[in-house]
Amino acid sequence: MKHLQEFQLVVVSPFEYSRQLKKDTGKKIVGYTCSYTPEEIILAAGAHPLRFFGTQENTSLADSHLQSYCCSMVRGILEEGLSGRANLLDGMVFPHTCDSIQRLSDIWRMNIPCGFHLDVILPVKLDTASSLDYMLDVLRKFRKEIGDALKTDITDTAMEKAITTMNSIRQSIRGIYDIRSQNPRLMPGEDLYTLVRASMIMERERASKLLAETLAELQAQAGKTQEDKKLKRIILAGGVCNHPDIYPMVEEAGGAIVWDDFCTGARYFSEIIKKGADPLFRIAERLINRVVCPAKHIDLDGRARHIIDLVREKDVQGVIFLLLKFCDPHAFDYPYIKQSLDEAGIPVMLMEINDPIPSGGQLATRLEAFLEML
Amino acid sequence: MSDTNIEKNINKVKSEKKMREIMTAYYIDAKTARQNNKKVAWITSGGPVEPLIAMDIIPVYPENHGAMIGASKMGIDLCEKAEAMGYSNDLCSYARADISCCTVNGGPIGGLPEPDMLVCCNNICGTVMKWYEVQARYFKVPLFIYDTPFLHKEYSAEVKRYVLRQMEEYITFLENVTGRKMDRDRMMEVGRISFEGSQLWQAVLDTAISKPSPMTAFDAFFHLALIVTLRGTNLSVEYYKGLLAEMQERAKAGIGAIPNEKYRLLWDNLPIWYRMKWLSKKFAEHDACLVADTYTSAWCGSMEYIDVNNFIGSAAEAYTRSYLNLGVDKMAEIVLSMIDKYDIDGIVMHSNRSCKPYSFGQYDIQKIVERERGIPSLLIEADMVDERSFSESQIETRIDAFIEMIRGNKAARR
Repeated sequence: MKHLQEFQLVVVSPFEYSRQLKKDTGKKIVGYTCSYTPEEIILAAGAHPLRFFGTQENTSLADSHLQSYCCSMVRGILEEGLSGRANLLDGMVFPHTCDSIQRLSDIWRMNIPCGFHLDVILPVKLDTASSLDYMLDVLRKFRKEIGDALKTDITDTAMEKAITTMNSIRQSIRGIYDIRSQNPRLMPGEDLYTLVRASMIMERERASKLLAETLAELQAQAGKTQEDKKLKRIILAGGVCNHPDIYPMVEEAGGAIVWDDFCTGARYFSEIIKKGADPLFRIAERLINRVVCPAKHIDLDGRARHIIDLVREKDVQGVIFLLLKFCDPHAFDYPYIKQSLDEAGIPVMLMEINDPIPSGGQLATRLEAFLEML
Repeated sequence: MSDTNIEKNINKVKSEKKMREIMTAYYIDAKTARQNNKKVAWITSGGPVEPLIAMDIIPVYPENHGAMIGASKMGIDLCEKAEAMGYSNDLCSYARADISCCTVNGGPIGGLPEPDMLVCCNNICGTVMKWYEVQARYFKVPLFIYDTPFLHKEYSAEVKRYVLRQMEEYITFLENVTGRKMDRDRMMEVGRISFEGSQLWQAVLDTAISKPSPMTAFDAFFHLALIVTLRGTNLSVEYYKGLLAEMQERAKAGIGAIPNEKYRLLWDNLPIWYRMKWLSKKFAEHDACLVADTYTSAWCGSMEYIDVNNFIGSAAEAYTRSYLNLGVDKMAEIVLSMIDKYDIDGIVMHSNRSCKPYSFGQYDIQKIVERERGIPSLLIEADMVDERSFSESQIETRIDAFIEMIRGNKAARR
């Protein structure tokens, strides 16, 4: 892949990258924590949205604000702020997600002085007319507030341009997922991980261009690789995935990860924004129609149905759940999804993840055993 | 004073017996609802219960049930059963205990009566929504989610519109499930009674301002049951009138809840249900009285927003402004005001593994309290129902050290 190195550089040092971007372009940098963030509005304000995943290194500063039973993502994000590594930010945006991120926003606001602080308190239920109206109110307010904070008027033209960029990014990543799902050998899973993650950090116009070129490059190669019928086709599911190691582990055990249900993966590019009049309405529409996060409510069994549909559609043999320790919304959903998959005859493996991922041996052995069984 | 003497001298509240009778009658009523052609709704502890009462639907509280399971030390068994069902042991122990309890009809009262509907208000946490989704799948009954956006900084115009509209959606939901129209006059009346109950509950808690305090937070944890489960009924109003009179009498006569009150403490977070007696004795031995807490005042904390002439409209706001639905800095402000109101010497924080929204931010509140009021705090790592998270010897040592600190602190201030 021609652009791999550029993607890798961005993923390895997101803050240095953003600092340089700020220096070169004068763009304001706006951090965010969740895939429900309306990035289009940040882009339309002329700013650069930078997704936070949380450091997996030492978190001693965050430890004096959060108890031991807080997930490593929230702890890692707070550490980025407290350590000063994120002091390049012009502002931070916290969409309402779960109980822990909700408190993270408070603790961040009370302890970390870096630019403006905006809470985008989206509705938790997404299945009623009043929640849609409320979501529109919240988006309208966010457009106004971030415009004020960045001293700019966000025009509809700028909104349309941002929507086009984000749609292009989402479509390219989906295209790459699709083509790779048909030819898993085309690209190591770890590279796919890098590319998706980079697209949440990189300047979006640039990301859009590189992703489109990468898709074209893969399309050109697609015919040339031999399909490997023996590969065990796997889906990963969970919340955030901060573990590129899992991809080579599965591949070495004779499997290929052909799709995922992560908010740092397929849920990020799920659904594009439709054409139409009111840009905010169309953004809201996407947020409601996209694959749902378990911290939101849209129905009672949609997540299980989605995963089962993916298994059928992508011709998958097994599902591996990566449950981040202390992630309540996912932990509550796991038993019913597992039961639904059992009933559908789909093998499931559960891996509880607490950063950093335990090294080597044991996990690899479990993966091998699971893949062998398929 | 020897241990048994301390226990004997902790002043028992006379109303306790009556409370047990009322609660027993309430659960019998709820468990025989089907025979009496009544509908049962399960509702979250912070949810708007008044419309249920107004429509003659029996409200049942899985959280109150969770507390009962904890207090009867049946938590470990039920939590382990939930874990065997695939629920992580890091999840809320109320939820775990309730989820498994349904499948075995276990617990101290042989399980709750089956619901005809579920009403979940997320003004206390996001956990309740996931928990109620589990139960909606299990019982296959309609679920209403009352979504109260989190108030990091303000109660905004858009939040106001959203929660107000949901009040009407909620009523429509109840009308659809029961097939009956709501009697709006009756609703007004229930609202008025609910407000009166909350006022009385606040007045009961306020008697702890007296020195010595006629009641402890442990008493409050016990007597809370009615304002949670029977809010909006005359029964609860009558009960709290009696309790208030008893507390006022005690205060007047200078009778303290513990034999020799020297230190006044504030409790934060849910109770540790399975160790109430032990903790209450432990603090009493040190002449320390937990006079107030942030938990039981949650059922009257946003009362100021209630307008009895527009109950439905104003309740939407009051319920959204619940203590756990506020930013950490606002919570710290409330803690500071309670410290002043009850003349507190130290704060005991239960860092509760089961309750992330209540517990995350405690370290920050601790620092604010120390900075603003110069009083020490103790953080107890535990869980409200799951005893496996409770380390007695460690906590005992820490309580001893904490009291020493308060003693030193008070001496230095003199």
